[in-house]
Amino acid sequence: MTDVVSSPAGVLARPARRDIGIKRRYAAERRFRAYGIAALSFGLLFLALLLWSVVSKGYTAFQQTMITVPVEFSEQIIDKDNERATDPQKLMTANYPVVARNALAKVLGVAENDRAGLRAVNQMISDAVRGQLRDMVTANPQIIGTTQTVSLLAAGDIDSAFKGQIDLNVSENNRKVSDQQVGWMNQLAEAGALGKHFNTGIFVNGNSSRPEAAGVGVALIGSFYMMLIVLVLSLPIGVAASIYLEEFAPKNKFTDLIEVNINNLAAVPSIVYGLLGLAVFINFMNLPRSASLVGGLVLTLMTLPTIIIATRAALKAVPPSIRAAALGLGASKMQTIFHHVLPLAMPGILTGTIIGLAHALGETAPLLLIGMVAFVANYPTTPMDPSTALPVQIYMWANEAERAFVERTSGAIIILLLFLIVMNVGAILLRRRFERRW
Amino acid sequence: MNMLSEAAVEKALDKKMNEVAYKMIGKDVSVYYGEKRALFDVNLNVRENTVTALIGPSGCGKSTFLRTLNRMNDTIEGCRVTGKITLDTDDIYDKEIDVVELRARVGMVFQKPNPFPKSIYENIAYGPRIHGLARGKAEMDAIVEASLQRAGLWAEVKDRLHEGGTGLSGGQQQRLCIARAVAVSPEVILMDEPCSALDPIATAKVEELIHELRANYTIVIVTHSMQQAARVSQRTAMFHLGQLVEENDTDKMFTNPDDQRTQDYIMGRFG
Repeated sequence: MTDVVSSPAGVLARPARRDIGIKRRYAAERRFRAYGIAALSFGLLFLALLLWSVVSKGYTAFQQTMITVPVEFSEQIIDKDNERATDPQKLMTANYPVVARNALAKVLGVAENDRAGLRAVNQMISDAVRGQLRDMVTANPQIIGTTQTVSLLAAGDIDSAFKGQIDLNVSENNRKVSDQQVGWMNQLAEAGALGKHFNTGIFVNGNSSRPEAAGVGVALIGSFYMMLIVLVLSLPIGVAASIYLEEFAPKNKFTDLIEVNINNLAAVPSIVYGLLGLAVFINFMNLPRSASLVGGLVLTLMTLPTIIIATRAALKAVPPSIRAAALGLGASKMQTIFHHVLPLAMPGILTGTIIGLAHALGETAPLLLIGMVAFVANYPTTPMDPSTALPVQIYMWANEAERAFVERTSGAIIILLLFLIVMNVGAILLRRRFERRW
Repeated sequence: MNMLSEAAVEKALDKKMNEVAYKMIGKDVSVYYGEKRALFDVNLNVRENTVTALIGPSGCGKSTFLRTLNRMNDTIEGCRVTGKITLDTDDIYDKEIDVVELRARVGMVFQKPNPFPKSIYENIAYGPRIHGLARGKAEMDAIVEASLQRAGLWAEVKDRLHEGGTGLSGGQQQRLCIARAVAVSPEVILMDEPCSALDPIATAKVEELIHELRANYTIVIVTHSMQQAARVSQRTAMFHLGQLVEENDTDKMFTNPDDQRTQDYIMGRFG
């Protein structure tokens, strides 16, 4: 019976395959993938450009030029009439810049009667030495009359010149450091008296109009207080509001209206929140201006919609079977939510909260309106004291004229970015930690 | 194992059957989902220490009726129940009745195994803990062991009580859910298609378990499988289009039903 197999009549004629465009389909898929890769590369390119630009401009901000010289704490200059025992103000108001200037002039061999030379020497040292030397003397008055080796802050222009940020080939009249000063700078550098040190000042100092003494210390504390206030207020309020809306509130026109409004609030420009804070917290409630308390409250208002939306999404994502299981065992609604639903929604809630916080940390516009754009040199001790915030500090430095502020602006951006990265890594770790299979 | 022998179970059941003690009585029960009516004046009594199977085509209202028995319908928006359902002598829809108390007395096992994403021990201990059934760790340990024994799961999990309940196989998970329901010492256990997500071997184990549990509990089970209803139940109720068509002894139901529709459904002519 082999003819059954071999007979062409016994085999059903297979219909010819129609052309359904398989080649075109594959081509379309390849094209789509190429678009995706192109979009991704484009994004990565700009990210790389941004990081490169910020880091290349900003990394020098973490180094500061210092001049280490023997300083003679001359009694002649500090306390000529020996009044310090009776008049404590004497040591506070003494002419310390002259002490520093003389020390440097001595090292450079500038004569005491060369007024122009002394002025040029004086320009090489930061005016911040006044505070530095005063603190040394008031802490230990015995050093008056002795000679101590002290590292003095170099002036901002010398700092820039030493880091190669000032073009020395242009005419001397068109730059802020003279040839004489550059010569001294090189002389000191060769002698090992002038060099770059790690710049702790940028982390701990308050704001200053002298770039070499300016730091983000106050801004860091202000931002820290604000984040604390935002976290303490918006997390419980946001989570409680979401639980109520998601689990308890009846579904009707009114709750629909609330839901629409929350979604709208998340999209309201942040400067509007600043106006609201100005009107309510400062004008109506008479809270102090520039205070991190007010900043925190405004940012809380701004962050709440984000947290509520994220929390509701996380609560919705908990499988209904878990609720049914708990309710079926006789757990009350509260027990069901707090024992089972909330722990499962926790990763989503925390992610939403940290993203909201990170957003708030980088927010500038509303803070400008409530006066946090002030020049604050002293540490705030409580959230009621005037302070500033990291992004506002960046904004203020970006407006400064001196060359040395350019690198400090970028340096502050690097600090802000580091904080954001730390927070986002924290969000990922927390999510990993709380994530459970069901 | 406190498994009763087959003969002892049958004997205990026969004694109960002759008295016809009703554990739950449903009178003129109607359920509305918003405007839509899902159940039409159902009168169905559940006998004590008996397995009552609810059968019928999809959407006939059998699950809806099951969920009225422990007021799980309360959690559904827009659901309304009329009529009267009593547990022993208590009207369960009375305002005086606490739904938490009711669900401790009328436990439930769901279609899909739904253990909490916690350890096996915690899964069982949760119910007794919220109802205050155990004083101290020793008592809780005893409850957990007894419940797992009853569900026939003790031997399989006793060495990994503190591992996740979600790591068990589907059949084990469902028996864990039954153990969890048993742990709060309910009087009635409702089962909503408990085997529909299980393979035949796991199904057989759960059915065997239901068979053993009926000595101590009143069981109401919704099932799509006619064979399962025939195997595990003593009484069967047939629902169609929101109405109770017929309620009878399972043997009679599957051999000589009173209603033509039951006959047709069992023969596979619709549904």
